[in-house]
Amino acid sequence: MRIKAFAMRNLKEMLRDPLTLFFGLGFPMALLGLMTLIQRNIPVHIFELDTLAPGIAFFGLTFMALFSGLLLAKDRTSAFLARLTASPMTASDFLLGYLLPMLPMAAGQTAICLGAAVALGLPLNWNLLAAAASLIPSALLFIALGLLCGTLFNDKQVGGMCGALLTNATAFLAGIWFDLSLIGGPFGTVAYLLPFAHGVDGAKAALAGNWSALPGHLLWVCAWAAAIMALAVLLFRRRLVER
Amino acid sequence: MNAIKIMGLTKEYAGRRVVDRLELTVPAGELFALLGVNGAGKSTTIKMLSCLTVPTEGDAELMGHSVRRDSHQAKEILAVSPQETAIAPNLTVLENLELMAGIYGHPKGRPEEILAQLGLGQWTKARAKTLSGGWQRRLSIAMALVSQPEVLFLDEPTLGLDVLARRELWTVIRGLKGHTTIVLTTHYLEEAESLADRVGVMNAGRLRAVGTAEELKAMAGRGSFEDAFVALAGGEAAS
Repeated sequence: MRIKAFAMRNLKEMLRDPLTLFFGLGFPMALLGLMTLIQRNIPVHIFELDTLAPGIAFFGLTFMALFSGLLLAKDRTSAFLARLTASPMTASDFLLGYLLPMLPMAAGQTAICLGAAVALGLPLNWNLLAAAASLIPSALLFIALGLLCGTLFNDKQVGGMCGALLTNATAFLAGIWFDLSLIGGPFGTVAYLLPFAHGVDGAKAALAGNWSALPGHLLWVCAWAAAIMALAVLLFRRRLVER
Repeated sequence: MNAIKIMGLTKEYAGRRVVDRLELTVPAGELFALLGVNGAGKSTTIKMLSCLTVPTEGDAELMGHSVRRDSHQAKEILAVSPQETAIAPNLTVLENLELMAGIYGHPKGRPEEILAQLGLGQWTKARAKTLSGGWQRRLSIAMALVSQPEVLFLDEPTLGLDVLARRELWTVIRGLKGHTTIVLTTHYLEEAESLADRVGVMNAGRLRAVGTAEELKAMAGRGSFEDAFVALAGGEAAS
């Protein structure tokens, strides 16, 4: 009951913010359209839909970190969270209340992005559904990152961390705009130690029907998501009641 | 019956004692005002009593539930209206109340009744962020009332309100006396004098005096409540 009430509040708070709707749902779609348009006017194959669409769908999920982080940070730095902390809500109620409404947001965003890719010419088949499903651990990863940042920083800092730093880092380290294997070296090593490139490669593998490559990528993202979520829960619990 | 029993409640931050061995009992249904200059320890006391801060030493019981050992049960029966307005800005006024009702397990309980009681009926469908500061403050207090708490903490509830809004809120708070135990902190002496059954004066983390407004005036040997407060709060030398 408590989780449902709080989750519904969080969903309404996000859906009623026009910026959330634009960046969450519209921006990845616009980016996809723009890149496809560029591809049609250049002679080399850089932004093909079968590699671009999973990358942009993954990139769009970075905004889940921004939304969850901003919501938590705003609640924490206003007196709203203090009010709720004095209620019977537990740390688990809080975190599930923040996490659950993000999942339909992420699912909707992925569906819109991949739907737009289909409209632009990507074949509609079961692999597309598998690619969408393969992005679930990535969605959890970004939500966890948002909750971690929201627990540690104020809303302005979260805006900078998740809105600028994380989106740019993701764009470069995930290999959305270029093939990471072309760079290799320490950059490639670091990129593949982090979860972002695995998230994109997993979605690309699913879309291509390359099932043998999928588990390795998904496990790597799941491990990162679990570790970051555990850290967020630990720090949130500590911060919930002042000692 | 005592609704609140405070036993040696102490809070230290980095070795600095901000609340020092507080001892106090508040009978059920009483409105108790906590007065003190800035930094006296009022808000920290409220935070400890509302389970937002763990005491360094001592304990307090709310209707028999320890804020240290039994905080979940204590939280079921308390509500707090923080010093800053604490609302969900993108929810409507009614949705804010329904949220709190849901969190306390009273789905669709009494939100409409509370809205009417605080004169918020006309704003039911308005987004909270569109309300003026005064109305937001009322909503913040309404959110504390919707769970029908047995113990209510009002931390400077009329801060920043104009005279008319403050007086209207006083009427609401008076209406709660008798069936809800209220601890109110305020900087407005006339507010404490007008509303409170008893007043406690804090200074440097310690409770210097407790009594009715008349008893405090007699205790300080002053004719006005303000002079009595200044004397009891330790500001006599400066005045």
